[in-house]
Amino acid sequence: MATALNRRSKTAMAISISLVALWFIIASFPFLWTFWGSFKVQGDFFSRSDWRNAITGISTVRETGGYFTLNGYFGAWIEEEFWRAVLNTGIVVVCTVTISLTVGTLGGYALARSGHRYAFWLLMLALIFRAMPHITLVSGYLMPFFEWNLWGHLPTTIIVLVAINQPFTLWMLHSFFLNIPKDLDESAMVDGCTRFQAFRHVIVPVMWPGVITTGLFSFLLAYNDFAVTAMLLSEENQTMVPRIASFLGTTQTQGDVMLAVAAVVSATVPLFVLIMFFQRQIVSGLTAGAVKG
Amino acid sequence: MRHRTFLWFILPSLAAMILFIALPIVSVAVQSLFIKHEQVIVISENCGPFGCTEEVRIDTEATAVLREEQPLGQFNGLGTYVNRNHLATESVAAAWQDSSSLLDFGARLMNLPLYKALAFTLTYTFVVAPLVLMLGLIVALGVNGLPRMLRGPTIFASLLPMIVTPLIGSLILFWMIDANGIIGQSLQSLLEDPDLSLKASVPLTWITLIVYGIWHNTPFAFIVFYAGLQTVPKDTLEAALIDGANRWERVRFVVVPHLMPLVVFITLMQLMDGFRVFEPIVGFSAGANASSLSTLIYNDLRGDYQQFGSAAVTSILTILGVAILLTPVLIKTWRDFNRTRV
Repeated sequence: MATALNRRSKTAMAISISLVALWFIIASFPFLWTFWGSFKVQGDFFSRSDWRNAITGISTVRETGGYFTLNGYFGAWIEEEFWRAVLNTGIVVVCTVTISLTVGTLGGYALARSGHRYAFWLLMLALIFRAMPHITLVSGYLMPFFEWNLWGHLPTTIIVLVAINQPFTLWMLHSFFLNIPKDLDESAMVDGCTRFQAFRHVIVPVMWPGVITTGLFSFLLAYNDFAVTAMLLSEENQTMVPRIASFLGTTQTQGDVMLAVAAVVSATVPLFVLIMFFQRQIVSGLTAGAVKG
Repeated sequence: MRHRTFLWFILPSLAAMILFIALPIVSVAVQSLFIKHEQVIVISENCGPFGCTEEVRIDTEATAVLREEQPLGQFNGLGTYVNRNHLATESVAAAWQDSSSLLDFGARLMNLPLYKALAFTLTYTFVVAPLVLMLGLIVALGVNGLPRMLRGPTIFASLLPMIVTPLIGSLILFWMIDANGIIGQSLQSLLEDPDLSLKASVPLTWITLIVYGIWHNTPFAFIVFYAGLQTVPKDTLEAALIDGANRWERVRFVVVPHLMPLVVFITLMQLMDGFRVFEPIVGFSAGANASSLSTLIYNDLRGDYQQFGSAAVTSILTILGVAILLTPVLIKTWRDFNRTRV
């Protein structure tokens, strides 16, 4: 019977393969195209006469002498000092992920082990906080931050991102800790450990898979954020995403959109690498919340 | 766990959330009741040989001092809520009186910024969510039917549109649909309309943004459904096969009911994300043809003339919208929680 279930008609197979192939192209082609185009000049990537110029690179050969050019990257990274934004992004992301995981594991562990009614209410509160559009929170920060001279600095943004991250981190780690048997830390406490010692010596060594998965999503939230970083950072502290957004304003007047294209490709590369190494964790993290309800 | 230990464990996390999520909401609520001080106007009388003239001028210094001393501005009550840029109660009432039909009333509402933004936000949310569910299920079923070897690369490619920074993803598509870009040009030659521009008209902009939303969100639905498909009971499928159910009927009566909890979960996430749609409108430079509640706030906060009061009012209204969306979920969770306790 199992064979009958697995045996599919040839047409059904063909349909499903062509559908998936179509989806594959829709999902990945824009990235390939932009990556390829970032090594061309504007006259090719935005060709007035024929889009095929972007593949053959006629203007690129005419203007630079080679089929590929690094002009866009040079302009963005060196002339427009995109490296500064990359550095800022690095600082913001590393700090945000470290702090929010440290704080989140403690809180998530407490929520998973508490069993009191208020733990449930805290989780509900976190759910509500998670649904808040970030820009509404930003409109609450701006005036006090201006008043207290907190606006524009990297640490402010880091702390804000950590706080915005917390509801999600708490939920995710709470459900991971629920899967670690209670007996483990409770037997350590019977042996005379305090709660914190039990956490430190028994739970910490076994919690890494959950922490890594949660860390990936914290990374994505901090890396992909636009609302907070665009509004709370001064110009010299800007991270990549708001920097790219401000490129668009300036480059259109200079008539060189290729700088922005190069910057966009540069900012996508880390994400690409991330999926390559952590595909399994990302998939399991996405489904963890769903399957458990 | 003892209360005291619990408190110490949760304290840092709770403090961060209270300081930077709960208090800002309070701050927004307070700000929404205030309005920037008007400029201080000084009336002075100049008397000359030909009689006296009154001169009205703006005292910039005094204005600056006043604004410095009271950054909140002056109390305005619910004034900002009902003005033309927000709920516009007067204009709505007038439109209701004057309009001949519901359609006419709707058209008049679309001239008011908040209602225009609300219209786009809701359209986006409620068009993207069902389409994402459907496409996600179709792709998941397709990938599930593939040989195991091909599944990994497909999942890899599928994760890209979802994980990419929303602003960057929308820029990538924006450049492709440019009149000189690959998709824009192909559409022009396909429809034989050399002046076709997807950025020019309101409906085309809306469609573009919705297509972006689907592209960005389908992978999430796909991954969740794909994981769910791995747990569909084989016995039920076989029983259905014996009973003579064809492929479509097996999907309709066995697989879909099994995935129903996931459908609820994905719908919820999609509604929440759709309601705060923001980056695509910035990325597609679509501000002229489409605005959402979030972009209204963003535009109020930007530039040299920041309108905190106005942004705060829109924020409060947005938060109310989120609350309405969340209520059914909270009620359901509350019931489940009580059931498990009894």
